[in-house]
Amino acid sequence: MGSFGIPLFPEQASTFARDIDALYLFILAVSAFFALAVSVAVVVFGIVYRRRHAGEVGARIEGNLPLELLWSIIPTMISMVMFGWGASSYFHMRTPPAEALQIYAVGKQWMWKFQHLEGQREINELHVPVNRPVKVTITSEDVLHSLFFPSFRTKMDAIPGRYTQLWFEATKVGEYHIFCTEYCGTNHSGMIGKVVVMEPSEYQAWLAGGGVEGTLVERGGRLFQDLACNTCHLDTGKGRGPSLNDIVGKTVELADGTTTVVDEGYLRESIINSQAKIVRGYQPLMPAFQGLVSEDNLVALVEYVKSLSPTATTAAPAAATPPAAPAAASTNPPGAGEKN
Amino acid sequence: MLDTLKLPERHYLNNGHGLKSWLLTKDHKRIAIMYLISISAMFLLGGLFAAAVRVELMTPEGDLFLADNYNKMFTMHGVVMVFFFLIPSTPAVLGNFLIPPMIGAKDLAFPRINLLSLYIFWVGAAFFFYALFAGGVDTGWTFYTPFSSFASNTNVVPTALGAFISGFSSILTGLNFIVTIHRMRAPGLTWFRLPLFVWAHYATSLIQVLGTPVVAITIIMVFVERAFGFGIFDPTRGGDPVLFQHLFWFYSHPAVYIMILPAMGVISEVVSTFSRKTIFGYSFVAFSSLAIAVFGFIVWAHHMFVAGISTYSAMVFSFLSFSVAIPSAVKTFNWAATLYKGAISFETPMLYAYGFFGLFLIGGLTGLFLATLGVDVHVHDTYFVVAHFHYIMVGGAIMGYLGGLHFWWPKLVGRMYSEFLSRISAILVFVGFNLTFFPQFILGYMGMPRRYHAYPDEFQVLNIMSSAGAGVLGIGYLLPVIYFLWSLKYGEVAGPNPWGASGLEWQIPSPPPTENFKEQPVVHGEPYEYTPHVAREANLV
Repeated sequence: MGSFGIPLFPEQASTFARDIDALYLFILAVSAFFALAVSVAVVVFGIVYRRRHAGEVGARIEGNLPLELLWSIIPTMISMVMFGWGASSYFHMRTPPAEALQIYAVGKQWMWKFQHLEGQREINELHVPVNRPVKVTITSEDVLHSLFFPSFRTKMDAIPGRYTQLWFEATKVGEYHIFCTEYCGTNHSGMIGKVVVMEPSEYQAWLAGGGVEGTLVERGGRLFQDLACNTCHLDTGKGRGPSLNDIVGKTVELADGTTTVVDEGYLRESIINSQAKIVRGYQPLMPAFQGLVSEDNLVALVEYVKSLSPTATTAAPAAATPPAAPAAASTNPPGAGEKN
Repeated sequence: MLDTLKLPERHYLNNGHGLKSWLLTKDHKRIAIMYLISISAMFLLGGLFAAAVRVELMTPEGDLFLADNYNKMFTMHGVVMVFFFLIPSTPAVLGNFLIPPMIGAKDLAFPRINLLSLYIFWVGAAFFFYALFAGGVDTGWTFYTPFSSFASNTNVVPTALGAFISGFSSILTGLNFIVTIHRMRAPGLTWFRLPLFVWAHYATSLIQVLGTPVVAITIIMVFVERAFGFGIFDPTRGGDPVLFQHLFWFYSHPAVYIMILPAMGVISEVVSTFSRKTIFGYSFVAFSSLAIAVFGFIVWAHHMFVAGISTYSAMVFSFLSFSVAIPSAVKTFNWAATLYKGAISFETPMLYAYGFFGLFLIGGLTGLFLATLGVDVHVHDTYFVVAHFHYIMVGGAIMGYLGGLHFWWPKLVGRMYSEFLSRISAILVFVGFNLTFFPQFILGYMGMPRRYHAYPDEFQVLNIMSSAGAGVLGIGYLLPVIYFLWSLKYGEVAGPNPWGASGLEWQIPSPPPTENFKEQPVVHGEPYEYTPHVAREANLV
């Protein structure tokens, strides 16, 4: 779309785009109406009531209560329509469908690293299939970043120390911008890339073309042994650490008597800062892996542990955030939220 | 103008000569003039940084500055303009000068504290200049952690301390205004007879006193983290980077109202004076200032809709953000209604007020897009936001400030500036401003992120329009410097009340004597009385 050669809208390439553009145009229409109404009023008054001789004064009009109420209540009502529409769009954008394809993104000064479950890893490029929901779980290795897909009308900050997520369903095959929209230092404006939306068959072919290290779960499994996690977290539950079988999506009781839901954020926190939330009945023996495991490897470990909960694997994130539950959990999981 | 007009023999400007008489003065009017000179210099500096940014952005490649230097340019533009120009602007210059005469007082309640606030401002600015000459700072004016706490190797601490220190100047000014407005009103000057300029400053002062300490604490936390390695915001040390954003915006969102409320106060005075008519809906305009000050404190997380806050808290903050739009809308409607059946003339201050209408309307209405959750996800941290807050903070706050400066200039110095040049300047500012910032709304919706040194080619046309507009805007801002300085010596003598305005400040000579009033004035009537009788009287003074 454009006018006089100047484009006005980015491409509409996701299921969100049409809704967000419609909402944008609605607010634009309301704004244009009020801006024009007030502008025309002040210009017309300026002409009609211009001072004609030096001693002239205006009429004594002190106010009008019905008018005040009218121009307080009508804008309030219109703004509530904007609020409701915007909130429902936002809720939709913040609630990934359970069947969404899972991709991990790690922001790092100054690049985006993406990992697919099948083992493909890419930098500043993201390949996704068309017409299929894709959930991106995002974190950062250093400072704040923000993953922005203008053609999909969505973005989410990458926050060091925790996972955030966004989802989209691309509707048009093609290549679109990826921008970092949270200022992150020297090469912030170079932290850009492209998302390549492909036909599902091409996407499958692309996936098959890489992954020399095996799938993400396989890589995580190797790390699980290399880091000697397996020496304590025995399947039998009799190790020094709890068994990790079938825990994802479950609520566990902690040493201090509180409980938490096991999700990606909690798993990640338990690896890098293992003392933060000890499961009841276990000693705080596990070393903290802060600084010892990269975010990429953390993602592989988390995926591996998730694979040990086969019943929960596909719906794992959804189990932690049933649509009816307070959606707080979807972007602010108990394990990853504010620690205070 | 009558030929017989002469400057008063003794006034605040010639009551004492030499640098010492200025630096040790307790006269709110002299302090206001020193603030005026200080912040004008800072505005010029901030403008130079903006010019550097706009020149770089004329081409898609980052080819004029190194990326690090570009990042420093926009950071220092923001720091200077926000902390050292916009926050002091209208309150410290016009409020300082005018609140005592408007309420019939000889000075502010605490003249020495008033002088202290100026010195503190200078000390804060000195820290900023130290940071500047030591190589600058590159965090963005928002100092977001953890970038500012461990990743940036520029002068974060001196810059942040500069903002911290100048914050105390703002707190002291606010405190002084609150006490003055409560305790020093002339007999008969009840709260509902106060000029709306005073109401707006009262609301502003509440924010300054209640909000600024929070940003002070936040800056100290960044300092402690950087200097001593405490983990407050840095997640690798157990801190929470998003906590900084909560604390920062808890002050910095209300700080926007520190900038815009006084400008709104100016507009109320100018609109009433130049339409020779009482303000429409006085109490609604007055209380909407307080409503904005109060609501302004509960909307901060609308800066954080994609910063990982929970979905429900985002919904609450979206809802509350709309609540602050209503009092702003109410003010605008009341100003427009004030013009109805007025006797309107278009001298320069009124041109600025009309410019304010246009720009504040666009600035305020585009705020609706950002309060709306679904749309904000797309436009957050893009040029849409840059355009929006410039429409408010430059289009609103600076148009109001300049309008006020033109309105009260004859009171400040006793002489008139060139009406012709000042009208040209008002028009250039309006046109240049729109040319600069309107294309940025489109750029933002197209997806161009803010703080980008280089950008994809498709954004170039709009960026060139924006840079061209900045050139026009620059000329519009430089003209007043010339004709204001010219007026000091060659301007026509203004007389006490060149506009035929109704306020108390117009009943004393221009420039006023040090003590403002020879004898204590007593107020009998309502504000903004423009009866033919009063108009005749005003012209005879």
